[in-house]
Amino acid sequence: MEFISNFFSYVVDNWAHLASLTLDHILMVVIGLILALIVGIPLGILCAKNEKLAKVILATVSIIQVFPSIALLGILMVFFGLGFKTVIVGLFLYSLLPIVRNTYVGLREVDENISEAGKGVGMTITQLLLKVQLPLSLPFLLAGIRVAAVIAVGVATLAPFIGGDGLGRDILAGINTRQPVKIFSGAIIAAILAIIADVTLGRTQERLEH
Amino acid sequence: MIELKNVKKEYDNGFVALKNINLHCNEGEITALIGPSGCGKTTLMKLINRLDNPTKGSVSIKGKDISKIDPVELRRSIGYVIQQIGLFPHMNIARNVGTVPKLLKWDKERIKNRVDELLELVSLDPEIYRERFPSELSGGQQQRIGVIRALAAEPSVILMDEPFSALDPISREQLQDELVRLQREIKKSIVFVTHDMDEALKIADRIVLMKSGEIVQHGTPEEILRHPANAFVEEFIGQKRLERFQDIPPVSQVMVKRPITVTPNRGLAESMRIMEDKKVDSLIVVDEMNHLLGYITVFDVVKAYSNEYALVKHIMHSFNTTVEPDTLLPDAIQLMTELQTPYLPVVKEKGILEGLLTRGSIVGFIGSAYPSIKEGAV
Ligand SMILES: Nc1ncnc2c1ncn2[C@@H]1O[C@H](COP(=O)(O)OP(=O)(O)OP(=O)(O)O)[C@@H](O)[C@H]1O
Ligand SMILES: [Mg+2]
Repeated sequence: MEFISNFFSYVVDNWAHLASLTLDHILMVVIGLILALIVGIPLGILCAKNEKLAKVILATVSIIQVFPSIALLGILMVFFGLGFKTVIVGLFLYSLLPIVRNTYVGLREVDENISEAGKGVGMTITQLLLKVQLPLSLPFLLAGIRVAAVIAVGVATLAPFIGGDGLGRDILAGINTRQPVKIFSGAIIAAILAIIADVTLGRTQERLEH
Repeated sequence: MIELKNVKKEYDNGFVALKNINLHCNEGEITALIGPSGCGKTTLMKLINRLDNPTKGSVSIKGKDISKIDPVELRRSIGYVIQQIGLFPHMNIARNVGTVPKLLKWDKERIKNRVDELLELVSLDPEIYRERFPSELSGGQQQRIGVIRALAAEPSVILMDEPFSALDPISREQLQDELVRLQREIKKSIVFVTHDMDEALKIADRIVLMKSGEIVQHGTPEEILRHPANAFVEEFIGQKRLERFQDIPPVSQVMVKRPITVTPNRGLAESMRIMEDKKVDSLIVVDEMNHLLGYITVFDVVKAYSNEYALVKHIMHSFNTTVEPDTLLPDAIQLMTELQTPYLPVVKEKGILEGLLTRGSIVGFIGSAYPSIKEGAV
């Protein structure tokens, strides 16, 4: 009981500090995701166009995913040094697989007949992709973004280890100073962020599917 | 208009879907491709709008080899109704129908008017259907949209792959009628794939019958019905239809209309002179009112000739059997064979002579109605 009241008084007393950490956190995740979209969607399209390339690309992005996050961040630190940039690269790499894979699967799931109809009425390859195939695979892409966002929110809590910011800072400080209240405030807010991302993206996805 | 020359299509897996197709579709006509499933109808269509390319041979439209035309440009100038309808599920009906005009950069107002006009053409109220999505339409309604999407930019060539297959019989007939009516106005060159012989007979100017990648027969509906090339075509047309269309003639169409007659009170010398004159060996005996009484033969006349007072009525025989004008020819022929008689009088009610069915008249009729029998025998 005492812990809960301590927790709340901590959150209330430090709300400005926590809010700025949360904002940092969200910012890192969003930038990582946007980069992953910019790179991942074209890679996914490439996969859908060429089965051989698909194998190579998907294997490569999968390998990134199987690295434990702390190890990956460590390796990145060797290359990029400490700081915000390294965190973003890490988040970008982690978000890549779900986005590439879901773009690829989404495009492959587009009904062959509908693509043929598009071709048949005289769309160019690009028009077909932009007007028909990508819009139709949007629910899949959204599912990918949803998975990527949830993962990224989690991974981003490790940012302080490599010189980043975000909710991980409170968690790390809590561990170092043996203040469980700090650890929990960071972790709980991160968890809430993940749930919010999951639910809102899930809702959008459902709406698109109908 | 559309011409395929020595076209062969072999798919990547080695399957030869079209063997050696030579086909000419006339401008402003509906050509129906018909044949069993898998015979290559869809494949042939896709070669016309370059959704696929022939392995060998060439396809040309209006004398232009289409392999020299940019496929995207070509397809925009050809309406295409695909077999599986293929509406874009994420676009509403107006956008679906307006797809090609939009690709051709028509202005918004013109596209909107065209869409409404087309919806009305297939009896779908634009106010209700414009904004709907394909999934909110019945299968038949979707098929109508598929058809008008192909018409939207007024292409001069239209390919329709089983466009009415998902419709119930009533709307199907409606749309067939609609197409026939519309075609009279717009005179497009249409290639129309169907499984349904009745549909082909109803709408097509020419029918192309296909089997395992080859054209078995190509001709007008009339030609195909009258002269099916082989047993496959006959089977495809169906026995009932063959009988119905190869209209079996009644004897009135075949008989000699003015047989050589004589009245009963004539003398034999006179009868002999008529026979010599008309080069016949018998005469039909009728009274002044043209009632059939019987016949006399040249042998009867010769036998009784020495008797100066003998008249036709003394030597004539009566007929045991007569036929009516609308007796069918095969029945009459069978009767003649059974009775071993060279002719049968055709008699109306009350015994009035209408004509004479003779062996000569039957041969003459068959010769003119079935010229292919003579050609085919070579
Ligand atoms: N891409 C392909 N690769 C290999 N074989 C194919 C391909 N497309 C079609 N075929 C084969 O070619 C043959 C002709 O196919 P097509 O689709 O032209 O038939 P169809 O006459 O339109 O039949 P249906 O009446 O069922 O629509 C079939 O045996 C089919 O299996
Ligand atoms: Mg087909």
